[in-house]
Amino acid sequence: MKEKRLMNRRKAIFTGLTSAGALLLSGCLKKAPPTYGNILRMGDDLTYMVQRGILSQRALAMEYQRSDITSFPVTDIGNPADPTSKKAYNKEYQELQRDNFKDWALIVEGSVAKPGKYSMDALKKLSQRTQITRHTCEEGWSAIAEWTGVPLAAVLKDAGILHSARFVSFYGFDSYAESIDMLDALHPQTILAHTMNGEDLPARNGAPLRLRVETQIGYKNVKYLQRIVVTDKFADPGPDISSGWSWYTGI
Amino acid sequence: MSIPQNQKTESTRHKRWVKSTHFIITLSFLALTVSGYVILMSHPRLYWGKAGNDLTPALFELPISRNYHHGGWEKNIPFKHLTGSQVSAARTYDIFNENGWGRSTHFLAAWFLFAAGLIYFVAGFFSGHFRRNLAPVRREFSMKLLWADFVSHFRKQSYSSSKYGLLQKVTYLWVIFFLFPVIILTGFTMSPAITASYPFLLKIFFGHQSARTIHFFAAVLLVLFLLVHLVMVIRSGFSRNLWAITFGKES
Repeated sequence: MKEKRLMNRRKAIFTGLTSAGALLLSGCLKKAPPTYGNILRMGDDLTYMVQRGILSQRALAMEYQRSDITSFPVTDIGNPADPTSKKAYNKEYQELQRDNFKDWALIVEGSVAKPGKYSMDALKKLSQRTQITRHTCEEGWSAIAEWTGVPLAAVLKDAGILHSARFVSFYGFDSYAESIDMLDALHPQTILAHTMNGEDLPARNGAPLRLRVETQIGYKNVKYLQRIVVTDKFADPGPDISSGWSWYTGI
Repeated sequence: MSIPQNQKTESTRHKRWVKSTHFIITLSFLALTVSGYVILMSHPRLYWGKAGNDLTPALFELPISRNYHHGGWEKNIPFKHLTGSQVSAARTYDIFNENGWGRSTHFLAAWFLFAAGLIYFVAGFFSGHFRRNLAPVRREFSMKLLWADFVSHFRKQSYSSSKYGLLQKVTYLWVIFFLFPVIILTGFTMSPAITASYPFLLKIFFGHQSARTIHFFAAVLLVLFLLVHLVMVIRSGFSRNLWAITFGKES
C-alpha cells in the first residue's frame, strides 16, 4: 500500500518559503516606510526588511589602507555658497563660510532630552573616530577617502535621546535632506565628519560637517549639515519616496 | 497562432515547476536587462579594483548615453595632506540619471528572479531534473558526437521533445550553475550593507568596481545566451516550443 505522508516535497518547500516570508513581513511591517501604493517602493521595503532581518546590523563596512585612497568627485545638487546655484544657494551658509564657519553650530532637536546647538569644538570633545571607507554612488562609481568625525551615537547620547526615538533626519544648508533609522544612526561607523583625507572638510565635500553612513549608498550622506532632528515616527525629509527614489539604500 | 490538438499533446516534456519558474525568470530577466542598461547609462564607465570614478582611469567606456565623455567638471583641487595625486572636482554637467526607477526596478525584478531561481534550484536537485535531463552522460563525451552535435546546429532544425543534446546541456549547466550565481553574487558585492556582513565578497571579486565589471560581462554573456537560445527555439519550431514551455502538459 502506498504510504500516506503529511505533505509531499513540493508542499513542504512551498510551505517553508511562504511561512519564512510571512515571518519576515509580520515582524517588520509596522516599521516599513510608506509605499503610496507604488510597486517599486514595495520592492524597496522588501529589501529593507530582509536586509534588516538577515544581515548583521553591527558588522562594519570594509575599511581600507591609506594607499587605497582615490580621487573624489563632487556630484551634489549645488554649492550652497554660490548665489547662482538655484537649488542649493543659502545666504546664511555663504556668510558662515566667509567667517570660516566660526559661528557655525549644529542644531540637534526632536526626541532628545536636551535639544540645543553644538559648536565644532563641543562636537570634537564628545568622541572621535577615523575611518578609511568607500563612498558608493547610486550612479555606479565609488571613491575611497579617510574621514574623521564624531560618531552620531555620541551626539545622540549627549543630547539625551529618548526611548521613543526611531529615526534621525539630517538637513543640509544646500536644502538637501535625508533620514536613516536608529540601527544605522547608532552604527559605529556612522559619523559626522569634519575632516577628510587629513584636512578640514573641503568646501565642496560638505564643509564644515557632513554625514557618513557607510552601510548605505552615497546619496544618504548629507553635506553642509545644519540641523539634526530625531523623530519617533518615520520621516522622509528629502523626500526620497515621493520623488521616486528608494529611502533605504543598503543595496 | 493556432496549435493543432495533436501537437499540443506531443509537446509534453516540461514539469510544471520548470514551466512556471521559466516564465518568471524570463520576465525578471527582461526587466533586469532593461533596468540594468538604464543604470549603466548613468555611469557608462567600467573599472577594475576597489573603487573607480570619473577622476580615476577607466578600464573602458561605453558610448551609450549623453554621459559618455561629458567633460563637465570644474577645476581639480588636490587634497593637501595626501602624498599621491588624488584630487576632488565638482561636476557641472546635468547627467542622464533615471536610477530612481532604474535601481528599484532592478532590485524588484531581482527578487522575483531570486525566488524563482531558488525554487528551480531546490526542485531541480530533489526531483532529479538536473541529474536526468541536464547532466551529460559519459558516452556523450566523444569528439565525433560533439562535432556532429555542433554541426547539426547549423542544419535545418526540427522540433524535438526528446532529450537535450550535449552542447545544449553544457550551455544550460554553464548558465544555471555559473553565470546566474556569478551575476547574483557580484550584484550583492555592490551593496554596502551586504558587504559589511559578508566582506569576503569584496575579496573574491577583487573589489567593488571589479564586481561591477564582472556583473556587466556576466550580463553580456547572459544576453548572448538569450539570443542563441531564441534562435534555436525559433529554428526548431517557435510556436510548439513556446507552447511546451508555457502550457504544455506534463508527461
